[in-house]
Amino acid sequence: MKNSHSLGSEAIAKKGWLLANCFLLLRRLSQGLILTLFLLGPWAGIWILKGNLSSSLLLDVIPFTDPFVLMQSMTAGHLPIFEAFLGAGIVLLFYIVVGGRVFCSWVCPVNLITDAAAWCRRQLKLRKEKVINPQWRYWILAMVMILPLFTGVMTWELVNPVSAFHRGLFFGMGLGWGLFLMIFLFDLLAVENGWCGHLCPVGAFYALVNKVGFIKVDAVNREQCTDCLDCFDVCPEPAILKGPVHGQKKNMGTLVSDMNCTNCGRCIDVCAEDVFVITTVLSGFKSNVKQVEK
Amino acid sequence: MVKLLQRKKTRRQFLVDASKGACGVGFMGLGLAGYSNQSQSFNPQMLRPPGALAESDFQSACVRCGLCVEACPYDILKLGRLFQPIPTGTPYFIARTDPCEMCEDIPCKVACPTGALDPALENIDDARMGLAVLIDQENCLNFQGLRCDVCYRVCPAIDKAITLEVHRNTRTGHHAVFIPTVHSDTCTGCGKCEESCVLEETAIKVLPRTIAKGELGAHYRWGWKEKEKAGGSLIDPVLDLPDRVPEVLK
Repeated sequence: MKNSHSLGSEAIAKKGWLLANCFLLLRRLSQGLILTLFLLGPWAGIWILKGNLSSSLLLDVIPFTDPFVLMQSMTAGHLPIFEAFLGAGIVLLFYIVVGGRVFCSWVCPVNLITDAAAWCRRQLKLRKEKVINPQWRYWILAMVMILPLFTGVMTWELVNPVSAFHRGLFFGMGLGWGLFLMIFLFDLLAVENGWCGHLCPVGAFYALVNKVGFIKVDAVNREQCTDCLDCFDVCPEPAILKGPVHGQKKNMGTLVSDMNCTNCGRCIDVCAEDVFVITTVLSGFKSNVKQVEK
Repeated sequence: MVKLLQRKKTRRQFLVDASKGACGVGFMGLGLAGYSNQSQSFNPQMLRPPGALAESDFQSACVRCGLCVEACPYDILKLGRLFQPIPTGTPYFIARTDPCEMCEDIPCKVACPTGALDPALENIDDARMGLAVLIDQENCLNFQGLRCDVCYRVCPAIDKAITLEVHRNTRTGHHAVFIPTVHSDTCTGCGKCEESCVLEETAIKVLPRTIAKGELGAHYRWGWKEKEKAGGSLIDPVLDLPDRVPEVLK
């Protein structure tokens, strides 16, 4: 059906390279900035952001704590001090505003690995096949939350690659490299978007937060869609685009409201017809209402 | 009908999918639980920072952020790496190479965001990171009658946490030996003694207190302590039985 053009080439031709990679560049900037701020301390002695993604301190004042790690700590039987709750509250509030899985595509360092694997997959034109169910991550999330009740310790944090990446870079990686190599190979050879889109319980947790996320992608101009399927190709969670892009006949809303959306904005980048915009839940509702009225 | 079945998930398909997921995840969970159990028995020479909660509590409280590591002005703290013999990401120090310098303001404890390093610890002398044990009496120079004394001299709580106890030197018959003796009520487990031991392999080692300390049976009492508490003997003094001299000897 395609292969006549490479992914995003029409968007580049129409909008220019910069606009056709705008969100990708912003995301890499965000990931790089967070990494740099953390690294400036141990490497250059400039302490803006201390700690790592599990818990950190900005400018020696503002605490951040990963609510997912804190919940594991509590199921393992620890009642954290107030500072931890404050930090987790700040983080949770932030992700409720920007969308839970913004963590996955704008912050999480493992995204760099899995994006690289997905890019290689596209270059090698590896066949897409459904090997495991994307719902597995929620089962794994449940397991991660239940295990500490029995082991009494934060079992998942022993192997969690999401926290291990930054921690490894700042405090010593050891055999951690093997973990990331495995994720890359798994995503490249076994399952497309295997780690982030099927297994990772951290992403599953932030997807649950995403249920109340405020910022969403909206396929407002879907009547302009030419069915090039570039957005489906580039989207790490392609199933979520079906309704908003192709659901016109079934009167489905244009808002990409699925909780698995990471707000990565790549669909906006690669679309030559400007079908997608980034918007809020509120205006998304309005456009949905309009759609129904039509 | 067939078409409908194909499009919608049948009950059979649902059950198959669900059990597939449950089996896979259960398998992973079993592996993880096993690894987590294994990681409980880690290298006892990896000591926790001052104020650390009891080990199992510590492991549920520590979020592995490394803020204590970055707060340590002497860079002695490290975070466990994947598959090292310590739970991944938790902080430790090795007394032999980098003992705790016992900062008075305890910056590592202050930095801890979760209370895994107990905020109630005010005085670093109250820290109990471990307990020094003179574990190899055969190679300790002082035990042979030499006056090395290094562990005693470097101890930040000299004459309290380590004292030199004088005993007769049975080897020479007319000298004394000065036995370095650790007192668990004052030893913080900072590891200065272990670091400075002059032997190739240290004779004095700081161990977790759970390993280093014995414990009396709950029923057991030291007679002389009870006597002191009671202000006198708890049993009657020796009975003075009447002298019964045989009649013939009278």
